[in-house]
Amino acid sequence: MTQSATQPATQPMTREQHLDLYYYMQLNRQLEERMVRLFRQNKIVGGLYSSLGQEAVSVGTCYALEKRDWIAPMIRNIGALLVKGVPPRDIFTQHMAKFTSPTLGKDGTSHFGDLKVRHIVSPISMLGDLIPVMTGVAMAGRYLGQNIVALTWIGDGGSSTGAFHEGLGLAASQRAAFVLIIENNQWAYSTPVSRQVPIQNLADRGAAYGIASAIVDGNDVVAVYQAAKEAVNECRAGRGPRIIEVKTMRMRGHAQHDPAEYVPKEMFDYWKARDPITLYEKYLSENKIWDAAAKSEIDARIERELDVEQKFAEDSPLPPPELAEEGVYCDGCHKIEADWKRAKADLMPPKSSIDPTWRLKDLPAYTQAAITGGNGAKTSSQTPVPAATAAPASHPAMQKSVPAPAPERIQPQPGPQAAHAAPGTEVVTEEPAVPRVPFGRGPKDKAFRQSPENPQNKPAYTRAPKEKSFSRNPQEKSFSKGPRNKPFGKNAQGKPFTKNPQDKQGRR
Amino acid sequence: MSHTAPSASSKVVPASGPITMVDAIRQAMFEEMERDPAVVAIGEDIGVYGGAFKVTDGLLAKFGRERVIETPIAETAIIGAACGMSFLGLRPVAEMQFIDFIACCFNQVTNFVAKSHYLWGAPVPMVIRGPSGGGVHGGPFHSANPEMYFVHTPGLKVIYPSTPSDAKGLLKSAIRDNNPVLFFEHKYLYRRLKEEMPPGDYTVPIGKAIVRRAGRDLTIVSYAAMAHIAMEAAVLLAKEGIEAEVIDLRTLLPLDKDTILTSVKKTNKLLVVHEDTRTGGIAGEIAALVFEGAFEDLDGPVARVTALDTPVPYAPPLEERFLPNTEKVVAAARELAKY
Repeated sequence: MTQSATQPATQPMTREQHLDLYYYMQLNRQLEERMVRLFRQNKIVGGLYSSLGQEAVSVGTCYALEKRDWIAPMIRNIGALLVKGVPPRDIFTQHMAKFTSPTLGKDGTSHFGDLKVRHIVSPISMLGDLIPVMTGVAMAGRYLGQNIVALTWIGDGGSSTGAFHEGLGLAASQRAAFVLIIENNQWAYSTPVSRQVPIQNLADRGAAYGIASAIVDGNDVVAVYQAAKEAVNECRAGRGPRIIEVKTMRMRGHAQHDPAEYVPKEMFDYWKARDPITLYEKYLSENKIWDAAAKSEIDARIERELDVEQKFAEDSPLPPPELAEEGVYCDGCHKIEADWKRAKADLMPPKSSIDPTWRLKDLPAYTQAAITGGNGAKTSSQTPVPAATAAPASHPAMQKSVPAPAPERIQPQPGPQAAHAAPGTEVVTEEPAVPRVPFGRGPKDKAFRQSPENPQNKPAYTRAPKEKSFSRNPQEKSFSKGPRNKPFGKNAQGKPFTKNPQDKQGRR
Repeated sequence: MSHTAPSASSKVVPASGPITMVDAIRQAMFEEMERDPAVVAIGEDIGVYGGAFKVTDGLLAKFGRERVIETPIAETAIIGAACGMSFLGLRPVAEMQFIDFIACCFNQVTNFVAKSHYLWGAPVPMVIRGPSGGGVHGGPFHSANPEMYFVHTPGLKVIYPSTPSDAKGLLKSAIRDNNPVLFFEHKYLYRRLKEEMPPGDYTVPIGKAIVRRAGRDLTIVSYAAMAHIAMEAAVLLAKEGIEAEVIDLRTLLPLDKDTILTSVKKTNKLLVVHEDTRTGGIAGEIAALVFEGAFEDLDGPVARVTALDTPVPYAPPLEERFLPNTEKVVAAARELAKY
């Protein structure tokens, strides 16, 4: 592991910061190892999801944020919660469904948040939803003049959801101060990345949204931190959003119940040799940032803290049953107040009044080049530089140590990657000259009328049954199959109806 | 096309006198945005174009792009972003171009927005509003009444007004509420009736039904466009000597149980009329409420007149068949009155 000579625009890291990164990564790991033991003792109520091997991602990215910034963690980002200042007891109590947990036992795992102090939005299990939500957080932050950055994570699996796409589209169009960490841990439950998408780098998707992206070695905490810091700085300067794909590996199954037998052993071996904490310890020693004494001091501190926190959680009660009925609505229990960092007067009429029409200058894509070039994205100077492939030039920090390609068998890639390798040089002429579906196809097109594609020509498609019933005069009662027009007096079983007037009169 | 000065005032604040529901809703948004800079609008085509039904016409000119946010066609992103904005104390009003499209962001609404306060104590003070309902030959994807999906979702509030003044007063209450509120606007009513607005900054409380017409023989519970059908039916029934009490629910969640039970205890008969489809419609829920709370007061079965259990068909004769109408309500009421 090398801390590249190309120092980014960010400040060089201090010894304290280096040791912080170690502390949080090790705290993350030790906390989770304790929870595995608790799980085996049946003290964890629900599932337990391990972030073993991914600590550098959670810690390195979140460490790049300031206190005012917002995060929305995913299930494997406990390290980020710790960096944000969440005490380990909250993680313990959440998993153990204790009344003392942040959600009072209403939800488990890392599903909790803190709007007021730590600026954490709770995750939900439906993947991708946090991307538009954090886009909104960034938009509101800008509106309120807070100059905050919103950051969330998504796995390789979650990057296939519609919310991912919608959220990134909105973030890009709003130029939101939003950083998305695509945490590519190679597996979506049991499905490898190569079976989800035919591209090598998920960061490449940034180009489609006009969002600059970068790829970083997710097991190199310094590289992760620096890439994140760069992206956060860019966002804070109003040049967001940003995507960072971190390549890492989920070293356990999806959750505790899953032994991950579907993962080739060689893959585990490869990544085990690249354990982020082991690599970082080596880096700290080689660069003489710490010594054995410093390490054991931190390790002992972690043990001490976790002893106390775990005991607190284990001694805590479960919630009282009647709590289940409380809290559906906010009935004045929360005071909702925006934290204005700009003058409200700026926002109120008439200062903000604008002319509600579009002008040509609002429509940069509407240029001669864009029209005749056939592809505005290639010719328009307004379009942001396409993502990952172009990123190293403009973002020195982001060209850092992309991990050596894993063994071939891990990511069998079909052909498309070759075509995808250099999007910048691709030409549009590969587009078929003739559209696959010619215009004019329709009922009035003779060729279409006679072709077998025309549904009317398909023998299976017949309107006969409908015509039978619909050919009748609509005025006839039997036109409809509606229950009110069934033959009076009898239903299908031959029993008399009791609901129609005649019968009712007879009955009464 | 270019305006030298914002033309907002003429669009936003119609001259005094009776106004349509579209104007009333716009007035509510205008007044709330003027009152509180935390109120922002977000949705598709709500700015320059003023919204598909011109509900937000003039807001952009008055409040600018920061507060009138036009989005890509991405309902999940709209709701997600509005939710995120509300976490910082803003009060976004998100528009669904047609409420049918709320199905596109169902997950965001029901799993994230609705559950946040219960699960992790995060209030979501946002409004989702949009045109709903049939009767205008909008076809199956522009005529739906999807309110019951959300009435079935704890954590939401669901409003469905029937008059311009209620629409204005309830939308104001919804914007000021600390919870996510779904605000259904029946597009048939948008421009078909006019009403004088009560003076000043007035609101209508969420969760309170209103008795539109007093009667002794049976109770007709309804809401939105069907509340007008129920009133028409009541007039016809009165000519036959059947005095119907008509309740307009206005809010579907939380439901005003007291008003329903009080009325049923008086009239002893209940007919529920709704434009939503039959199975799983609110009539079933109201029937259960009455069985639980006023069973011994009932003199007849709980009756219901609803839309058919089909998608909303397009052709006029089909849609007419699909929708409840005055004749159907009168017939059902007449039948019920015989008990």
